[in-house]
Amino acid sequence: MNVQGHETTPAPEPAADTAGTPVVSLRNVRKVYPGPVRSGGHGGPKVALQDITFDVARGEFACVVGPSGAGKTTLLRTLAGLAQPTSGAALFEGAPLRSVPPGIGVVFQDYGRSLYPWLTVARNVELPLRVRGVPRAERTERVAEVLGSVGLADAGRGYPWQLSGGMQQRVAIARSLAYRPDLLLMDEPFASVDAQTRFELEDLILRVRQEFGVTVVFVTHDIDEAVYLADRVIAISKSPGVVTEIVRITLPRPRDQITTKADPAFARYREHLLGLVMHR
Amino acid sequence: MTGPARAELSTSLEHLVVGYVIAGVVGIGLGALLWSWRYLRDATSPYVYFLYVLPAPVLVPAAMTLFGIGFTMKVVLIAFAALWPTLLNTLDGMRGVDQVKLDTSRVLGVSPLGSVFRVVLPAAAPQIVAGLRNSLQVAIILMVVSEWEASSDGIGYYIVNAQQSFDYVGMWSGIIVLAIIGIVANLLFVAAENRALHWHYGARAVEGTR
Repeated sequence: MNVQGHETTPAPEPAADTAGTPVVSLRNVRKVYPGPVRSGGHGGPKVALQDITFDVARGEFACVVGPSGAGKTTLLRTLAGLAQPTSGAALFEGAPLRSVPPGIGVVFQDYGRSLYPWLTVARNVELPLRVRGVPRAERTERVAEVLGSVGLADAGRGYPWQLSGGMQQRVAIARSLAYRPDLLLMDEPFASVDAQTRFELEDLILRVRQEFGVTVVFVTHDIDEAVYLADRVIAISKSPGVVTEIVRITLPRPRDQITTKADPAFARYREHLLGLVMHR
Repeated sequence: MTGPARAELSTSLEHLVVGYVIAGVVGIGLGALLWSWRYLRDATSPYVYFLYVLPAPVLVPAAMTLFGIGFTMKVVLIAFAALWPTLLNTLDGMRGVDQVKLDTSRVLGVSPLGSVFRVVLPAAAPQIVAGLRNSLQVAIILMVVSEWEASSDGIGYYIVNAQQSFDYVGMWSGIIVLAIIGIVANLLFVAAENRALHWHYGARAVEGTR
């Protein structure tokens, strides 16, 4: 590692403020898709993840970066319990992930596909509470609370498709926070919004994870975004998916779009990670 | 319209409504069943296809031998013929539901059965409604056809009977009444559709402007 002036601790040490089991642990996770079904007759089975091992500690903000085709989405689906590893173990709060546990929230990249257009904004956000049997009065209160947190206090009555892209992704974030998950997984959540909105949403997610005390695993292909947000950046390489390095980001918090990104240390992290992602 | 003609009409409409409602409920229900149960789908698909391509009017003689010439025969015939468009559209619509929407519902903690009602049905609704609209047309056709042969009442019977007794005014009146039934049924359908799928058309309109 060559990030001067900052301790970039190698790999799976838990963050400082943590006690007990990590929120997430992956142990030698391997995922292979049977060939003909997925890869359209491209010969043999496709290895999406070769061997992935890392932990994420409670309260931590971990970013996973890697080039497209590195298995980032497979990794996230495994973390969510939506996909089972071919071998190895994926643990959430110490227990193997066999299905989606109630304490996980996921924000998908494409809000247009993940929000339900037949429900109003408030009903979208309310859905996870409704299926959990939360009483009506409390539901209303919590919906108002999370919509307020993402800056959409007045948007509840409208439909998601009446909102701009950035606002729709705020609705998706609010919905995934409404049931107060321990872990929030985000799959390139800001990849389809414009740069200005993206900065706003990055700052929003830093604020709400503080407010809700949630652990975040954030998948992105954008190195700048990863360095700006993360406590640790987990770099994975293109097929077969392996962890190339885990870089601890010690930039001071609270972070700021202008001053943090002007910090010489930011540029060093950026350079180092870019080298990792581009040259392997 | 005269008294007896009005009675003929109400008999026909009764057959239509009962037959169509059965077709809609069974079509959506069976479509959902075939969607959720792959083995059943694979096992039944040749038969479903066979029944789907069969022009339903040819079943009138068979239906008569099985159910006589009364209410049951007509309702069964209308329901049977009108079933297929709804069934196949339901199956197709449900199979086309975006995986991200299903993943989202699992993540949000919606149970598998709950997700059928909360996600799969609404997501497939535009296509299901298209199927129901087709079914309505088929149901109206079968309402008339089922009354042509060996029938003693109904608007179809009235038209054929008028034609055979050289009552051309009566025959044409019957045809015009049928056209009016078609128009009114369609208007009602479109009103219900706009209400149920307002979100779909709203979202589509927004997409168009972006």
